[in-house]
Amino acid sequence: MNRTLYDKLVDAHKVCDLPDGDMLIYVDFHIMNEYTSPQAFSGLDTKQLGVWRPEAHLAVVDHVNATRSSEPHDAASKLLIDNLEANCTKHGIAFYGLGDPRQGIEHVVVPEQGLVAPGMLIACGDSHTTTYGAFGALGFGIGTSEVEHVLATQTLRYKRMKTMRVTVEGGTAPGVTAKDIIMKIVQVVGAGGANGHAVEFSGSAIRGLDMAGRMTVCNMAVELGARAALIAADDITDAALLGHPHSGRFEFKGESWVSDPEAEFDKEFVISGADIEPLITWGTSPDQSIPITANVPVAADYVSPKAKAALERSLQYMGLSEGQSAQSIEIDTAFIGSCTNSRIEDLREAAKILEGRHVATGVEAIVVPGSAMTRLKAEAEGLRAIFETAGFEWRPEAGCSMCLAMNDDIAMDGERVASSTNRNFEGRQGRGARTHLMSPAMVAAAAVSGHLVDVRDFK
Amino acid sequence: MTKTIKGIAAPLPLANVDTDVIMPKRFLITITREGLADGTFADLRFDNAGQHRPEFTLNQAPWTKATILVVGDNFGCGSSREHAVWGMRQLGISACIGTGFAGIFYDNARKNGLALPVVSPAARDALLQFASNPSGAEISIDLNSRTITAGETSVPFEMDDATRTSLIRGRDDTLDSLEYAGAIRDFEAGLSDGMRISVIK
Ligand code: SF4
Repeated sequence: MNRTLYDKLVDAHKVCDLPDGDMLIYVDFHIMNEYTSPQAFSGLDTKQLGVWRPEAHLAVVDHVNATRSSEPHDAASKLLIDNLEANCTKHGIAFYGLGDPRQGIEHVVVPEQGLVAPGMLIACGDSHTTTYGAFGALGFGIGTSEVEHVLATQTLRYKRMKTMRVTVEGGTAPGVTAKDIIMKIVQVVGAGGANGHAVEFSGSAIRGLDMAGRMTVCNMAVELGARAALIAADDITDAALLGHPHSGRFEFKGESWVSDPEAEFDKEFVISGADIEPLITWGTSPDQSIPITANVPVAADYVSPKAKAALERSLQYMGLSEGQSAQSIEIDTAFIGSCTNSRIEDLREAAKILEGRHVATGVEAIVVPGSAMTRLKAEAEGLRAIFETAGFEWRPEAGCSMCLAMNDDIAMDGERVASSTNRNFEGRQGRGARTHLMSPAMVAAAAVSGHLVDVRDFK
Repeated sequence: MTKTIKGIAAPLPLANVDTDVIMPKRFLITITREGLADGTFADLRFDNAGQHRPEFTLNQAPWTKATILVVGDNFGCGSSREHAVWGMRQLGISACIGTGFAGIFYDNARKNGLALPVVSPAARDALLQFASNPSGAEISIDLNSRTITAGETSVPFEMDDATRTSLIRGRDDTLDSLEYAGAIRDFEAGLSDGMRISVIK
């Protein structure tokens, strides 16, 4: 039988079938953060349950912490952070907290620590757990009740999903990054287009990406509704497993972690790499994107009254007029960070644009490296100096920061942000804040220009 | 044991309503599940001064008493925050009828007794129309027969067996799964040493 990579991963982790159609699936490794885990631990307490296998879990602080200092910025966030530490101490779980040199955004920390390998199953109370699919591992986000379940049983109740393959074939033009590839995929498949599906990305444009790029692609797969994203493991994956603190400590053998050549998928999409341009979002859903050379849509582009109304609503929230050119959109803020684009490779790309240039007057530009280790590496490479000389604020602490603005990095009502993050939802970066998603290099170019701009014009 | 959910339904036709809209992050800084009713749809329900926005459906009679929502496509997309579901339950919502829901939201709903019947786009549009009528007529969702009845109309809905059983029995998945502890131990016994993660503290 020809099986997809997804089916191989599910088969390898199935503990048993349950009477009503679910199965129990084994979780090799589970990561927690401070804001989706407290009620899971209190659930254990209420039910007087312990943690099944404490050494298979890791907790990090990343969502609510300040990035200006390693001290919590207020009492409420301190409570969440202290609560997580106390829960980990009580149950014997590894905790990478503030001030720990291994702290950072969970999905940046895990690969950096060498805690993901092909063939693993990883769960986390965070939707962007799809990131680990870049390694040929099955990673998916869970809610707090499921966090409790995996702590207590090391398993989850699971239902096999349908499969989808998105093939991006052919080379991409210079200036087109992994972020543009996934934004294009989200545009084509649609914001809920992969609901109920595990998506495998394939094709030469995907295979040509380095691990950082593959992680960017799998990270944002949740924006098309995919519960899991996968890229087959290859030599690039194997090379990326070496040299980390946990390297060589585990290995998942027994299968080749790729889809069999004749495996069939429930749905297929094919995109030509040559059709992808640097993209920006203009609206409030990640699929509302256009090439940087294009104009914001007009009502006449849509047929149904519902779509016209949705356009109007998005434009009103975003403070844009129909048909206005992407490059005429002026920004207040530039933000480089998040689990999508805050790795060393992302910082290098942005620094290339910033070298010898300066942030436009009136633009506030911030960069928050994804982890403490990334920050140190960037500083050693001289990237910090480039960012700071260009007028960027280099934050000394790692975290999600302005990706979801749960700390004190909040955009104001009406503030327009060029952002390397993954979600442009209403209110995501602050109540009334206006988010334009794009690659880190495009954010850097926008910061320098004061408006959205084509990165390909920066030589 | 609820087998039928009955109540006034409110129309919420927007597509892609994400969990940031259902539960803005300022309500997430908490270590309990309680006190989330006011946070639910907060930026739609209240203006910056904390006053009710009269134009929002849930602020208008008869929908102030709604216990069912009829929603747009891809409701619940975005983050994994279960707070969104806790808040909706605390606001008194027992069911959301839509054409499709984001995966994590769907699973979170099941754990908290929020029913998410999935209907065809045509049925959803008919139910939206029914719900938009301010007469206050109730919709009824029969979990056993997987049927929604609104006035003269009856439409089938989809819901997987496990979710339906959970909703009807209100079981605790964690305790239920621990009855399979033996199977979990057997599975672990079959793992090679290299497959047992041990995180460096
Ligand atoms: S960086 Fe953003 S998307 Fe990633 S885990 Fe943090 S809040 Fe979520």
